[in-house]
Amino acid sequence: MSPTTLFGLCGAALVGIGLYGLLTDPRLLRKIISFNLVGSGVFLLFGVVARRGAAAGLGGDPVPQALVITGIVVAFSATALAVALLIRLHEAGGGATFDAPAGGASTDRPET
Amino acid sequence: MNFELGYELPVGLLLLTAAAWSVAARDSYSATVGFVSYGLLIAIVWMQLQAFDVALAEVAIGSGLTGLLLLGAAARLRAAEARVTVRPTLALRILAALACAAVAVAIAVTVLTLPEAAPSLAGPAVAALPATGLGNPVNGVLMAFRAFDTFLEKVVLVLSLVGVWSLAPDLGWSGRPRLLHPFADDGVLRFLARTLPPVGLLFGLHLMWNGADEPGGAFQGATVLAAMWLLVLMAGLAEAPRIRARWLRVAAVAGPATFLAVGLAGVGLAGAFLAYPEPHAKSLILFVELPMMLTISIVLALLVAGPPERASEP
Repeated sequence: MSPTTLFGLCGAALVGIGLYGLLTDPRLLRKIISFNLVGSGVFLLFGVVARRGAAAGLGGDPVPQALVITGIVVAFSATALAVALLIRLHEAGGGATFDAPAGGASTDRPET
Repeated sequence: MNFELGYELPVGLLLLTAAAWSVAARDSYSATVGFVSYGLLIAIVWMQLQAFDVALAEVAIGSGLTGLLLLGAAARLRAAEARVTVRPTLALRILAALACAAVAVAIAVTVLTLPEAAPSLAGPAVAALPATGLGNPVNGVLMAFRAFDTFLEKVVLVLSLVGVWSLAPDLGWSGRPRLLHPFADDGVLRFLARTLPPVGLLFGLHLMWNGADEPGGAFQGATVLAAMWLLVLMAGLAEAPRIRARWLRVAAVAGPATFLAVGLAGVGLAGAFLAYPEPHAKSLILFVELPMMLTISIVLALLVAGPPERASEP
């Protein structure tokens, strides 16, 4: 197995790990972290495809690499917005999770 | 299947351990620390994949700035999160784990069955690179071949800043973002915040200037500048600006505005939106990159700083 394939499998595992955190942790901040892991795993898969496309004297295909850089910046913007929303929710008394019994603002509490 | 792995296997295992830790850790502070170490490890993986520009971006933005943002949030939410008692039942968690494992296995099978002759745009990208005057193909893709993506990404940055600001309470509009500075009395941090910025400024500009031909670029450079500004703010040596300040708003849109202007000029001069007239391609790219760097560094730092709060002083 080549290193590139190994990192591809890591990317697949990262998507799985992140998805698990996203589904099972009721804390919203942890959902944000988990979602970032899923995104990072997808970026890694892009990186593997880029590495496999090495040609013309380059170590990898520059097009997917550039897309990943753009993706990292956009992921950061989305994370910053999500964190700001979460903190505002918390300050408005809505708690920091989907399950906390804190002061009433959340109406869509899932039953567990 | 023959193995030809050296240190890649331990790096991969460490990577997955850090990822699992940032999901499984009991409190969010430890989880964030796990996520930051994960970011550093994945940068090593990007180096291994010969994607040096991505490695720089990942360390600076993915690990550094995201880490700072999450640490701040974890500190503010610590008390609220401690009250969480309801967890999914064991059966539900096992079910979720099985579903996630199925997704991971499906992706893994796809990775293992990728076509032997990988499709690649490396050839065309290298062939067209001389026309841009750049030497770094990744930067060529970002600034020329797929400039539209890069332009829209700047717009996304500005929009998310608008989104974060719009979460401010009504009285906050005349205020400043309030950064947590729990270490403001720390002499070491103050010392660093006084001595590091000149070096950081030079290094950030170097990354941008050098990015034309070597790994680096406007993002990576701008992130270093943003980090320097945040360091000064967190050490309490300066205050974040009021978000009403006109210079701040001009700086926040300078990058995309210049990009748009040059792009529209390209319609007349080179026959297409965001096309550069050939002999001036490199100087135009640098002309776009400088205000872009200003915008990126200011917006990134303000995104970490969060929404403004009520002004406490007149």
